[in-house]
Amino acid sequence: MIDALGSPQSVLLLGGTSEIGLAILEALPPGRLRRLVLLGRDGAALAATAQRLAGPVARLSGTAAEPATVEVVVCDAADTAAHGGVIDAIFAAGDIDLTVMAIGALGDQARSEADPLQAVELAQSTFVGPMSLILHVGRRLRTQGHGSLVVISSVAGRQARRANFVYGAAKAGLDLAALGLGDSLDGYGPHVLVVRPGFVHTRMTAGLKPAPLSVSPQAVAATVVTGLRKRRTVVYSPPAVAVICAVLMALPRTVLRRLPF
Amino acid sequence: MSATLPVTAPPAGRPVLLTGWGRTAPTAALLQTPADAEQLALAVRAAPPSRSILARGLGRSYGDAAQSAGGTVLSTLGLTELSLDRQTGVLVAGAGCSLDQILQAAVPQGWFLPVTPGTRQVTVGGAIAADVHGKNHHVDGTFGRHVRWLDLVDGAGTVHRLAPDGPDADREAFWATVGGLGLTGVIVRAAVALQRIESSWIAVETVQAANLAALMAALRADDARLRYTVAWVDVLASGARAGRGVVTSGDHASAAAVAAQGHGDPLHYHPRVLLSAPGVPVKLVNPLSARVLSELWFRKAPAQRRTTLEPLQTFFHPLDGVHGWNRLYGRSGFLQYQLAVPDGREDVVERALAGLRSASSEAFLGVLKRFGPANPSPLSFPCPGWTLAVDIPATAGNRLARVLEDLDRAVAQAGGRVYLVKDSRCRPDLVEQMYPQLRQWRAVRDRLDPQHRFGSDLSRRLGL
Repeated sequence: MIDALGSPQSVLLLGGTSEIGLAILEALPPGRLRRLVLLGRDGAALAATAQRLAGPVARLSGTAAEPATVEVVVCDAADTAAHGGVIDAIFAAGDIDLTVMAIGALGDQARSEADPLQAVELAQSTFVGPMSLILHVGRRLRTQGHGSLVVISSVAGRQARRANFVYGAAKAGLDLAALGLGDSLDGYGPHVLVVRPGFVHTRMTAGLKPAPLSVSPQAVAATVVTGLRKRRTVVYSPPAVAVICAVLMALPRTVLRRLPF
Repeated sequence: MSATLPVTAPPAGRPVLLTGWGRTAPTAALLQTPADAEQLALAVRAAPPSRSILARGLGRSYGDAAQSAGGTVLSTLGLTELSLDRQTGVLVAGAGCSLDQILQAAVPQGWFLPVTPGTRQVTVGGAIAADVHGKNHHVDGTFGRHVRWLDLVDGAGTVHRLAPDGPDADREAFWATVGGLGLTGVIVRAAVALQRIESSWIAVETVQAANLAALMAALRADDARLRYTVAWVDVLASGARAGRGVVTSGDHASAAAVAAQGHGDPLHYHPRVLLSAPGVPVKLVNPLSARVLSELWFRKAPAQRRTTLEPLQTFFHPLDGVHGWNRLYGRSGFLQYQLAVPDGREDVVERALAGLRSASSEAFLGVLKRFGPANPSPLSFPCPGWTLAVDIPATAGNRLARVLEDLDRAVAQAGGRVYLVKDSRCRPDLVEQMYPQLRQWRAVRDRLDPQHRFGSDLSRRLGL
């Protein structure tokens, strides 16, 4: 259970090596963690992450003597047929208080346009797979009667832009699915928080020229933790990108397509 | 291709969101309100086995003791039978009767509750499951001590009559249910021995105490003389004034004393709600209002001991005069931290006040009292010594969590405990240390509810 001060006892990280996901984990109110589940595609990378997390997990558990258990679940977001069984097994072993959906890839816009199969793959890994997983999680949360689900979306999903509209389309799909899932769970106990970060400095964006108002994963995590506490439905990180989004949404297409980014 | 999934749809009916009085950590459950004990037993038998069942009364426990995520919550508010033997003062009440309803029926007949907590808006079932205490604990013990028998629906949906004594009494089951947080089953009715009163007035002695030592000394002295004692403690006062407060002690006034003051019918009882908090949570508790209230409350009390007559409701249930006062803490809600430590560990009380002051500048409601002997209930909270209760807004940051965690450890090390029915954040492993009889309690619970069909967010969180 999540306690009165917001400390969860069990956390499921979908995208168990995601930098934003791990930053959220580390920013949570510490002291009560009993179980952490890292789900991802790459077993070796997950195992390495689990090892590296020993310190933070001890801190989150509030005790080094009896730290939370860390489970590694290998599951490919693209293997949607397997999702139901995998998520059911995780929840059957005990309630999950907080789930973070942080699976996604940035892709390469130019290559996607040249080879649309790459765009399809990106949509699978960033929209279809994650949507499937959060719908399964939502199904379990509804029965469970409590629990928070954080879905990492992106400001790129708010408006089609020349530079990244394939990625944007995938995030837009996930964003809508998450918002709708949150609405469908309203009154059933669980809470869904959609997070729309701007440019975040991670492995995914390494080598790219940072957009204005770029943030660190830790800054996103801090916004998420506050949003969770206040049971918000949408947060932007940094908050100022909400204004930029609003402007981009208001601009006519003819102007928008001439913008230099 | 898609995998076939088991249907996990919840049973018919839309769940409702439930929280404790502190309005933190809401979770949803199917809420049913059985009309009588038989229906309630049927509901226990019919509840889906996958998630737990829990009884809920008026929802006055501060934390998550009366909610059960994804489960079936059985409101006892349909169980309202009430009969009072005017000769013996033994009351038989449905578990959903509130202490308010009992007082309305009993006070004009010259009977009063043997023990009342700080609100009369709790049910009989809740008072037993939480084993509530009042200002007379040092003399009369807890509510559970005055229960003659109770009817409990166990995990199989069977009704048992449990009593603390008698030839066929299941003494263990009785005491595991008293203070048992609703986890041994659902209490459906109980017989409670009331106490005789001549009037609905209390002769109250009020006096200021300039610091914690003076406050404790006054409480000790009054305990030896008076049936009811309690102190409001100014949590925000620091330095030489740390732990200052106001002691209010008293006993039931005689009919003659009431007549002498010209009050008319000595047993007149008509409590009123004076104010109502805004319907939506608006945070009116803030550092300024907390400090101003504390200062006013302290100054209102006389420096020299003064005796006055106060109506029962003013003395026992002052907060019941403000409807929905829990909403004054705003959307993020609040928690109440209540600790008990043995005599000789006054240092922990002092440390608690200092810690809470450092963690919150909005904690203005502190209550200090001495406890008398404990009872045989393994999970009952009171143990001889001191108890301190403080309301604290559940605010941002990890500082409050850290301070409370340090306090938990200090309390456990001192041989004390926190009150589980008010808890919303304690460490599970510390609970075993605080309640050394937890293992014995679990054995009795396993006998009454072998499949652990009863459960709450609290029991899951603490691994009870």
